[in-house]
Amino acid sequence: MTGADAIIKCLEAEEVTTVFGYPGVAICPFYNSILESDIRTVLIRTEQNAAHAASGMARMTGRPGVCAVTSGPGATNVITGIATAFADSIPLICITGQVNSELLGSDVFQEADITGAVESFVKYSYLIKNVNDIPRIFREAFHIANTGRKGPVLIDIPIDIQNAAISKFRYPEEVSLRTYKPTVKGHAVQIKKVIRELEKARRPIICAGGGVLLSEAQEQLRGFAEKHGIPVVSTMMGIGVMPTEHPMYFGMVGNNGKPCANRAMNESDLLIMVGARVADRAVSQPDLITRDKVLVHIDVDPAEIGKNAGPTIPLVGDAKHIFQDFAKEEFSCSCEDWRRTLEEYRRTMVPKRTPNPDFVDPAVFISKLSHAMEADGVYVADVGQNQIWSCGYASIKEGKFLTSGGMGTMGYSIPAAMGAKLAAPQKQVVAVCGDGSFQMSMMELATMCQHQIPVKIVVLKNNYLGMVREYQHYTYKDNYSVVDLSGSPDLEKLSAAYGIPFLRLENMEGCDEAIRTFLQEDDSMLLECLIDPMDLVKG
Amino acid sequence: MKLKKRIYSVLVENRSGVLCKVAGLFSRRCFNIDSLAVGETDDPEVSCMTIVSSGDERTIEQIEKQLNKKLDVIKVKTFAEQQCITRELMLIKIKYNKNNRREIMELCEIMKVDIVDMSKHFMMLQICDTPERVKLLINMLQTISIVEVARTGTLALAKCAENDESK
Repeated sequence: MTGADAIIKCLEAEEVTTVFGYPGVAICPFYNSILESDIRTVLIRTEQNAAHAASGMARMTGRPGVCAVTSGPGATNVITGIATAFADSIPLICITGQVNSELLGSDVFQEADITGAVESFVKYSYLIKNVNDIPRIFREAFHIANTGRKGPVLIDIPIDIQNAAISKFRYPEEVSLRTYKPTVKGHAVQIKKVIRELEKARRPIICAGGGVLLSEAQEQLRGFAEKHGIPVVSTMMGIGVMPTEHPMYFGMVGNNGKPCANRAMNESDLLIMVGARVADRAVSQPDLITRDKVLVHIDVDPAEIGKNAGPTIPLVGDAKHIFQDFAKEEFSCSCEDWRRTLEEYRRTMVPKRTPNPDFVDPAVFISKLSHAMEADGVYVADVGQNQIWSCGYASIKEGKFLTSGGMGTMGYSIPAAMGAKLAAPQKQVVAVCGDGSFQMSMMELATMCQHQIPVKIVVLKNNYLGMVREYQHYTYKDNYSVVDLSGSPDLEKLSAAYGIPFLRLENMEGCDEAIRTFLQEDDSMLLECLIDPMDLVKG
Repeated sequence: MKLKKRIYSVLVENRSGVLCKVAGLFSRRCFNIDSLAVGETDDPEVSCMTIVSSGDERTIEQIEKQLNKKLDVIKVKTFAEQQCITRELMLIKIKYNKNNRREIMELCEIMKVDIVDMSKHFMMLQICDTPERVKLLINMLQTISIVEVARTGTLALAKCAENDESK
């Protein structure tokens, strides 16, 4: 058995179903051995998207997504995908081929110090120098990626190690890492303190972040909020923790969030942040947040607590365990007036849009699209104005909302949607992007065709890098610089070239019909919506 | 904001690349490194890094938390200066002549400095003392011609208590 065979055995032991990647000489032994396995390989068209596709898959399955690329440019191309996963704490295993171990450090063809290059974007990385370490390292890597605060782990494997004979293959059952023991259970004393604050509070609110989804604690959080009548808001990564139209949910907070959600958070006297970083886009002045309220910060990563805002009650642990413990506590929370106030805010604080009737109104379109989607459908939002509209107007029921929140990586939606669709073939998966972000990943249309991945794509087309244009509108008085997307391809012809059915929606006339056609079959389709180039997310 | 000095005694896995990861963490997050010293411990698989840093209350806490987050870090102990014994070793090469030779030797005696090597015009001094006294020696030698200096950076261990639970 070779090292490459051993890697495949490890992936099988971890029940990996799919590997996204792009071969090159340095990873060829791996791609040769994988032919003997039932693991599906997907040839992505650029390495960055291999990591995004693995991320989409991981977010559906709750298990690390896997990608495998070659050394040098293959490895460096994947870095943005790794950084994107790192920023959103998505578990990934990223395998990179490497030049012969005896040549390491001599700058030979396609050598890149990838473990060095990704250091600040990975949870951990390995450079395998002994073939017999393969089983242990893979066991550790999967454990590290998917426990504690999840994240990407990179494994760099020189070609000679992949080709070397392994003396004995035994996949370890246990992981023993003396330096890594994440805290899962919340401290009992701290939990009691939170309950005491909840009893005192008149205006409590829970702000749910992506960590709630990563620990699969939606049900526990929802149950707790419903039982005690505590209103919930979310960060961008926390969209989907509560169904959008749940009576206890008041929307996304932050500078691109809902006015009523921000007002709710500002006026609360007890804020329970769970699985959220208290980062700049969600909370504009984190250091001031505790001035007039009690802040409870729940996170599995102790370093997140107190990093941006000093909490009144820090609570380290996994969201699911902590909400299970909360559920055991008997107490009563009296905040009916507060809830009524928030309901009033929700009803009255609706941002006014003045849509141009000559174009598709993205807000109405997204609302209609998401309502027409299956209840457990997956909505994948890209980055730009389209993302803010998606966050503001998509209605998520029992399904998922996937986007690149922390890093804001354009081009994320199409590869992530492919990963999600392969993970859950029975579910409806729709990627919604702008014409800028679409062109960052349009090469993946070929991957969709080749591997028959029926992802549906919406392109909100306004011929601009809209988010930057909007920024230049406000900050530079319409002095537009490098945001004009002229020269973009005719999407109808492009779709035809790939054999993907195409639909165009020019204005709101026929919107319902177009959405019905778009969602009807479990097949790929590209729906182009023409958007007013001057439309603003902050009207 | 008032900056406080802290000494971090960091036990790490004795593997290649770990020093780079820890140093990279400090530079990436804009934490100061005043000095850094690394060496193997009694266990050859474990190295001890002694890092002297400074920052406000939140930075000091973040340094410890971020260090603990690194998977190659086994244990982090944070001290204020008065909680530990600190030492630094310095070798310093100076140029002397017959006029100042006597003066240098007197200085060495006062400062408990050893003369570890000598030639016709140069001598090498060795001091092992607190970082303050090492600095003092440099100041004292400023008037004489300093040729080269090599310092280890601060080493530190917590003061001995009745029940030492360091292990």
